Amino acid sequence: MTAVATAPVSAASVLKPNYRNAIIYGVIALISLVAFGLTPHASASTRFAFARPTDFVQIPTVTVPSMATALTMSILALGLAGYAAWAASGLRKVGAWLPIVFGVLVVIAMLTWAGAGKENTSMQVTGLLTGALVASIPLVFGALSGTVCERSGVVNIAIEGQLLGGAFLAAVVAGGIADASGSRTLGAYMGLIAAPLAGALIGAVLALFAVRYWVDQIVVGVVLNVLVVGITNFLFGTLMRDNPQLNQAIGLSALPIPLLGDIPVLGPVLFRQNALVYLMYIVVIVLHIMLFKSRWGLRVRAVGEHPKAADTVGIKVNRTRVRNTILGGAIAGLGGAFFTVAAGLAFGKEMSAGKGFIALAAMILGRWSPKGALAAAVLFGFADSLREQFGIIGSSIPSEFLTMFPYIATIFAVAGLVGHARPPAAEGTPYKK
Amino acid sequence: MKLELRGITKRFGDFTANDRIDLLVESGTVHALLGENGAGKSTLMNVLFGLYDADEGEILLDDEQVNFDGPGDAMAAGIGMVHQHFMLVHPFTVAENVMLGHEGVKGPAKLLDLEAARATVREISDRFGFNINPDAVIEDLPVGAQQRVEIIKALSREAKVLILDEPTAVLTPQETDELLDIVRQLRDSGTAVVLITHKLREVQAVADTITVIRRGKVVGTAEPTASQEELASLMVGRAVSMTVKKKKAKPGAPMLSVRDLTVIDEFDVVQVDGVSFDVHAGEILAVAGVQGNGQTEVTEALLGLVTPAAGTISLDGEQLLGKRIRDVLMSGVGFVPEDRTEDGVVADFTIANNMILDQFHNEPFSKGLALNPKAIADAAEEHVKQFDVRTTSIYATAGSLSGGNQQKVVLARELSRQLKLLVASQPTRGLDVGSIEFVHQRIVAERDAGAAVLIVSSELDEVVALADRIAVMYHGRIVGIVPADTDRDTLGLMMAGATEEANA
Repeated sequence: MTAVATAPVSAASVLKPNYRNAIIYGVIALISLVAFGLTPHASASTRFAFARPTDFVQIPTVTVPSMATALTMSILALGLAGYAAWAASGLRKVGAWLPIVFGVLVVIAMLTWAGAGKENTSMQVTGLLTGALVASIPLVFGALSGTVCERSGVVNIAIEGQLLGGAFLAAVVAGGIADASGSRTLGAYMGLIAAPLAGALIGAVLALFAVRYWVDQIVVGVVLNVLVVGITNFLFGTLMRDNPQLNQAIGLSALPIPLLGDIPVLGPVLFRQNALVYLMYIVVIVLHIMLFKSRWGLRVRAVGEHPKAADTVGIKVNRTRVRNTILGGAIAGLGGAFFTVAAGLAFGKEMSAGKGFIALAAMILGRWSPKGALAAAVLFGFADSLREQFGIIGSSIPSEFLTMFPYIATIFAVAGLVGHARPPAAEGTPYKK
Repeated sequence: MKLELRGITKRFGDFTANDRIDLLVESGTVHALLGENGAGKSTLMNVLFGLYDADEGEILLDDEQVNFDGPGDAMAAGIGMVHQHFMLVHPFTVAENVMLGHEGVKGPAKLLDLEAARATVREISDRFGFNINPDAVIEDLPVGAQQRVEIIKALSREAKVLILDEPTAVLTPQETDELLDIVRQLRDSGTAVVLITHKLREVQAVADTITVIRRGKVVGTAEPTASQEELASLMVGRAVSMTVKKKKAKPGAPMLSVRDLTVIDEFDVVQVDGVSFDVHAGEILAVAGVQGNGQTEVTEALLGLVTPAAGTISLDGEQLLGKRIRDVLMSGVGFVPEDRTEDGVVADFTIANNMILDQFHNEPFSKGLALNPKAIADAAEEHVKQFDVRTTSIYATAGSLSGGNQQKVVLARELSRQLKLLVASQPTRGLDVGSIEFVHQRIVAERDAGAAVLIVSSELDEVVALADRIAVMYHGRIVGIVPADTDRDTLGLMMAGATEEANA
């Protein structure tokens, strides 16, 4: 045969500029301009506090004119939107810095507006950031749990239950040990150690049904969530009521790291935390390296993408999945300790309050990578912290709306990105030979 | 290394996929395992590769009995396999795929040694002239290159026996020739190659020994010098004619008239550019051309699956454009889609339900809101018999059938209506000899019953065998419509865009 023809060739020449992102930026910047820049009283000012009285380095409180600052920030944001449009028109790529800088500008405008004219209170920047980090802890652990499970092909909807189970067991063990040994510190640490066991147990049940019996993973996960709520509520009303020493408010104490903890603003935020937070840093870093650079990670990802291919090179698919599901459960369980021993609170009914589901959103937004999960969780945590700050400073926004804010942020963030995010190809599908 | 299988038997429930199969493969030879789809070749190789456990029989390597607990064991023993559906992780790079399962690590943290994997890929790629970049991501590679990655994967594990399962099913003719060259190189370097296929041409081209399997049993061996007819009859179990028997066409009035048909796709690319042609009743018009030159879009426009930007389509004087697809079907159009597993059958539905997908809303298959299982079953039994669908039950899912049998299900459904026009795209792609013969006979029978038939095929052999007239498409245009006895060189040139007149 002599004929060698090619397919129609015009397909490459039809790339069109996509202005979607630029338009979204523009609209947000305009809203910021009108709502935050034009509404404060012209003479009002906003106070930002960067240091707490106990901090090693004292930074004076900054007072800025509200309107001018908010206007400047909004106009800069508008400029960035213009830059995004210009980049889109020439099919140029914009870096990841643009959405970050844009977000920071709009948030500053919003904070300036919220604190305008409140001469007696100031925006606590350190408090805001610490709040963001703290609020993100269960989300980070939950999202890591989801990542570890889904990368191996098992959907873990039971994160919520694993968080709750971890919180419960941590409280019981902490209370029990403290009561028996008389040392609240020992109790708290033992609680921290016990928390992953509860999560791992729930993970093992999920693995059993999902991997061994091929039950729909989402259904099993939802059922497990309901089951854990039921069990903990029951024990809360029986075991904990009859033995109050098993449910005390025992907390891990903060362990400030010398030098690092004295860095202005960031020091108190990052390095004057308790053991759970430091564990979180370690888990994120170790998991990220393991998942993408180690033999274990390569095999896990292969199992989640193409289990049969993994099987044909001698990797035990189902064993990998069971292990990962249990490991993921343990990570979420550890995160559950946040609610009780890390926060210094007693256990309360259903205290995980949907964080496990937000964690799933963080996992998607973070594109199934530990680093991404951390970033997404911190973003959601920031939204949560913002709500609290507004409550403290006495904002004019109705508190009901403020409560919704983190969730709205979640929906927008996930909806905006989910089209680009590609889950592991084999997730949710049992491997049958 | 010498590989020997003795009395391998594998059963799935009542079905015996492999029945006491013996096989001997010597190093430095190419052993072809020839058989139709569903004859049990792949099952045998999966047993050998440790994916299935044999119910009886033994495997010997260099006269020593071995037992494989999984593919890992088989690979450790020096057996490599290139599966028909590639076992490659798509988002991974070539190097990652090659190292998967026997990863080298380095440093105190025991992290992956990607550099070593890259070097392995480069070394093997250079040795055989594969031209594979170790950092390329699999999903960006064309199918032929993916297959070479699979071969690298096997060779990187020091495979002494390499099994190639239907390696050419997804390749273009040119890629096929390249692969056969690679097979010869492997053989010359001392590898024992097992080539599983149903394509006679390839067997003749590279095999040193041929074992033919039919319905799970070894039915004989043949020399590579055997003729295609001999091999085909061994494989199918009866004499098979390699040409389509058909009488001269008796074309009637134009049945289908297409005028100035233009189709623009979602990316604003003109896929069909002002195409006009007629198909007469009792005639087969075959559209030849390299795939991707607008043939698919023409057939989709005929059925109403895409809306043309311009043009008219009339069937027996009646305008088809703008009709609902169901109405197009009911006005006498039969459609055999190009991708039967995606568009031809619903894989999870039973054979019976697949056979009435187009008519479930009509009596007797339904009454009021309810389906009539009895009528559906009766029709299915009848069709299964008439079209020789090889299945244990009409309630088996369509997805469980081999490609040839799925295609028979599609044909049974489409030909069960009174047709004025049959549109069939790649009607025999991936089918075995027996099924091809059957499908061709059915298509010719439909022509002889007075329907207009439009065939689209990228196999020139098939076009020449079936056509009464041949239309050649190139870049969305019909380059020319020529008689069926036009010589192949001319057709080949037309497929590359040369017009008829320019050749004459």
